Amino acid sequence: MIPFDFEYYRPDTMQEATDIFRQLESEGKTPVYYSGGTELISMARVGNVIFDAAIDIKNIPECRVLEYDQDNNLVLGSALTLSEITESNQFPLLGKTAGRIADHTMQCKITLGGNLASTIIYRETVLPLLTAESRAVVASHDGLREYPINEIFNQRLNLEKGSFLVKIVTNRGFAESPYFHIKKTKNEKIDYPLLTTAGIKVGGMLRIPFSGLCSYPFRSMQIENILNDTGSFEERADKIADTVSENILNDTSGSSEYRKFVLKNTIINVLETMKDV
Amino acid sequence: MIEDRPPLARKKVRYYGEPIALVVADSDFTAAKAVSLIQVEYKPLPVVNSPSQALEKDAPVLHEQMILYHLTSEDIYPELNTNICDRKKIRKGDVKQGFAASDIILDSTFTLPQSDHIAMETRAVHARIDADGTVFIKTSSQTPFSVRESISQTFNINLDKIIVEVPFVGGGFGGKAPVQLELLAYMASKAVGGKEVKMINSREQDIASSPCRMGLEATVKLGAAKNGMIQAVQITYLLDTGAYSDVGPRLIKAMIVDCTGPYNIPNVWCDALCVYTNHPYVTSFRGFSHASSAFCIERMMDKLAHALQMDPAEIRAKNALQPGNTSPTQVKITPSIFGNLTACIDKLKALINWDEGTMIEVGNGKVRAKGMACLWKTSNSPPNAVSGVLLTFNTDGSINLNCGCVECGPGMKTTAAQILSEKLKMDINRISVNMEVNTKYNPEHWKTVASMTTYMVGRAVLRAAEDVIQQLKNLAAAVLKCPPEDLEVANEQVSVRQDPSLFLQFKDLVHGYQYPNGNSVGGQILGRGSFIMGDLNLLDQETGAGKSGPYWTVGAQAVEIEYDRKDYTYRFVKAATVLDAGKVLNPKMAEGLVKGGMCMGLGLGSRESFSYDKDGKVLDTSLRTYKVMHFGETPQYLVEFVETPEIDAPYQARGIAEHGIIGIPAALANALSLAAQAELDELPLTPETIWRIKTGGCS
Amino acid sequence: MFALSKRSLIKLNVNQEEYEVFIRPSDILLFTLREQLGLTGAKPGCYNGDCGACTVLVDGLPVKSCLMLTAEAIGKQITTVEGLKDAPIQKAFIEQFAFQCGYCTSGFLMVCHALANRHPNPPDIVIDEWLQSNICRCTSYEEIGNAIRKVLSGTCK
Repeated sequence: MIPFDFEYYRPDTMQEATDIFRQLESEGKTPVYYSGGTELISMARVGNVIFDAAIDIKNIPECRVLEYDQDNNLVLGSALTLSEITESNQFPLLGKTAGRIADHTMQCKITLGGNLASTIIYRETVLPLLTAESRAVVASHDGLREYPINEIFNQRLNLEKGSFLVKIVTNRGFAESPYFHIKKTKNEKIDYPLLTTAGIKVGGMLRIPFSGLCSYPFRSMQIENILNDTGSFEERADKIADTVSENILNDTSGSSEYRKFVLKNTIINVLETMKDV
Repeated sequence: MIEDRPPLARKKVRYYGEPIALVVADSDFTAAKAVSLIQVEYKPLPVVNSPSQALEKDAPVLHEQMILYHLTSEDIYPELNTNICDRKKIRKGDVKQGFAASDIILDSTFTLPQSDHIAMETRAVHARIDADGTVFIKTSSQTPFSVRESISQTFNINLDKIIVEVPFVGGGFGGKAPVQLELLAYMASKAVGGKEVKMINSREQDIASSPCRMGLEATVKLGAAKNGMIQAVQITYLLDTGAYSDVGPRLIKAMIVDCTGPYNIPNVWCDALCVYTNHPYVTSFRGFSHASSAFCIERMMDKLAHALQMDPAEIRAKNALQPGNTSPTQVKITPSIFGNLTACIDKLKALINWDEGTMIEVGNGKVRAKGMACLWKTSNSPPNAVSGVLLTFNTDGSINLNCGCVECGPGMKTTAAQILSEKLKMDINRISVNMEVNTKYNPEHWKTVASMTTYMVGRAVLRAAEDVIQQLKNLAAAVLKCPPEDLEVANEQVSVRQDPSLFLQFKDLVHGYQYPNGNSVGGQILGRGSFIMGDLNLLDQETGAGKSGPYWTVGAQAVEIEYDRKDYTYRFVKAATVLDAGKVLNPKMAEGLVKGGMCMGLGLGSRESFSYDKDGKVLDTSLRTYKVMHFGETPQYLVEFVETPEIDAPYQARGIAEHGIIGIPAALANALSLAAQAELDELPLTPETIWRIKTGGCS
Repeated sequence: MFALSKRSLIKLNVNQEEYEVFIRPSDILLFTLREQLGLTGAKPGCYNGDCGACTVLVDGLPVKSCLMLTAEAIGKQITTVEGLKDAPIQKAFIEQFAFQCGYCTSGFLMVCHALANRHPNPPDIVIDEWLQSNICRCTSYEEIGNAIRKVLSGTCK
């Protein structure tokens, strides 16, 4: 039960969505864009979020696309569910990552956009997008705009008020690159990550973003330089661990020292499995 | 036991999640709005965050007024001005001498966290007070009759003015034995003139506000001769009862009673302290403390085997209690009372292929390891625990079995029907058992706990069956003009033994017999069966001597894991249990109950626990962070039974509903300790815990 | 654009029947089903999407009804356990002793039913993934696994 009232709108076009957002704001109300809704409902139930209107974007055709555009880019609507992305198998690394977020039933409800815009710190679907240099298409009142993912996603998805994520565009070559995905949890398979990495190998170089290691997901050039440098796998793992050492999360899922241990193992694991790819 | 807990906190809040105020509204929507308007200002008090901290010299005392608390049982010994609300002791033999006679002495300490029941249905209650003052409570409870008693005593209402109804219960595991929400629901209804109110725990409330499973700190010293024979044991248990005692005193009693494990230890010294802390308060949980106490003694058995370079299975078999030995509370061991542990161990070894080796390299840094644990448990039910059964007949000869036990999963009603059908030699499908319980219409059954329902209800059923058999025979004897003892009851008929073609059908007898001329005799046949626990007694305060249950159920369990040395992770391969069931009454159900218990035990061993911050705030209050076992993570389960008759039990059957859980955390820890070559003496055994113990927590 | 700005009468299609219900836009599907339609087969267990006891099917896919607005369900086909009539999985659950207290059962049945419909011949990993969405606290899960495998193999119809 959500202990407050709000209005519900389900626009059929992007324009309707941004218009109703503006209109509600002008009436002094707090609207939110609503996609899968799982996080909003669970937060609203315990009073961690409050709003006056939910604008459900699942009926907007552009938010539901799953196709290649004329430039051979994969286009994924922000309101696709994680399970739709996994089952389509068009972006195997993203599918794999999405298939390890929450559980299967939840994956039938959680959407790509919802996970990217999540307030929960993990936002694991951004990892494949960061490595694949995806672009985010955002709708605002004055139309559509496209941003490189690493610009608009800095620790979290930074959208201007009133705008919403419509789709993610990814170069087919990147989407089909050889990849790795490792998710480590405390003990239970379905859990928040102690550490997740989901990267690709491009031009002989590994790209390795992380979620769960720090309080936000990230990709670091410094880490990737060490990763792709010479030196034994162990040395590289140690060096990388040292560079992030101070920012490693420490919580009930795992102490920072333990996460550091898991990080080193994971890096060695990635280097080993990807060395001949 | 110790009346130390007000339904709503008064003056002092003693644990995170303790209810402090109650809002009654027309809808949950409005109630939630009202709750958000309540502003609470707390004055922080020093926090007691563990039982050992509670015993420190300058520890804050949680209950300064303990002297004023009413005790509902004579065998509770609070220590005033401390956090010790009860202490129970075993003094058997002479431990000094025992240790002197030992070639090897081992010491260990154990730390086991609090955890939660996580019944899938959270606790829920409806309450109303009718115009004539009758209080009506509908609740998800394992103890409808205790709810009635508790409402009566707390609010001074006559028992006949309280009706408690319990529908099917969505899982209990001991967590629905205490009375908590029912008192609040009554108060809420009272506050609105008796209108019907509904209270349902959210999952967060069910975890943090309602009672949970005990935590434990223990130190154990074990002495043995070179040949592996145990000479003495000295144990101190500090039970973390949380902010209130609930059944804590009963839990420490259960711990001392079985503190040696099912082994013959001639010299025993044991102190069990029930200790207040600022944690959620604890209550019964499947196994009633035994999964915790077994963890300590069964880890010690493995350490002993390791130190003496003996086979852990052999050392257990060697020390297994045998007829003629006595238990820690000096109860004489007989095959009927105890069962046959040695047979369980033998069968388990075959089941888990023990003799192929307990540790096998599988390559790639991985190793498969097996660990074992034995278990025993008796009921610790009060001597005056009762159970009653009433039988009525329908005019077609079918039977209604009316009993007061609750159905929360283990199929108790089916068992009751099976026993009756066996005794009356009739089709079980012609027996219908009341599924819901209503304290006004059903005879009292003590509590649906302690794996005692088959025993207690079963014995009442047998007496009720005897009662109707006698009445049927008497009436048939008059009609057939023969002595009752020449008659037999079977297939809904009473027939003459010498000439079975002479018979009367139930349907012609059970509502009276009508002669051809219309004259009728007899009337309704009503069967009654009543049982009281009887020959149990309170334990001696100084030595613990006394009998606390009618019999034991013993067993042996094993867990096989595959452990990865590189990253300290592991997966379950097999879990096996052999129980001495006395007699298995419902084979598929029995197997299912034991497997379910094992699954829960693997959860306790590998992932379930409360963690607290420095203020004692529970950090795992949702199923997002409090993890239980899930589909696909479980091992292959192997279950077999040994059948040593319990001669007083219905069809010789022992209770088995809890026992699957008891030895599993210990068996898991034994397997992992072997695989990791480390002493894993705490739970839960997450990869991080193993990593920390192995490396000292430094990456 | 569909709009629901206050408490309103809406239509829901549940178990292939049309119902009219009066809802707030903030109402949760689980409670609309239970409290307004009297369909209590979907059970609240965590209110947070973690346990699966409230699982229903929305257009054939499993959804945790505690994390779905009733408003979202307008125009969709909802199936609750009450809408399963002698489904093979129900029989299999009884034969395999796949429940004890029964509280999680309807949620598991819905997931199993949807799985059998969508993936008649799934690999074990898919069975695991789908059924890991739900929690059972009584059984060992082995019995539930046996039940779904009986249905998938066609040995329980």
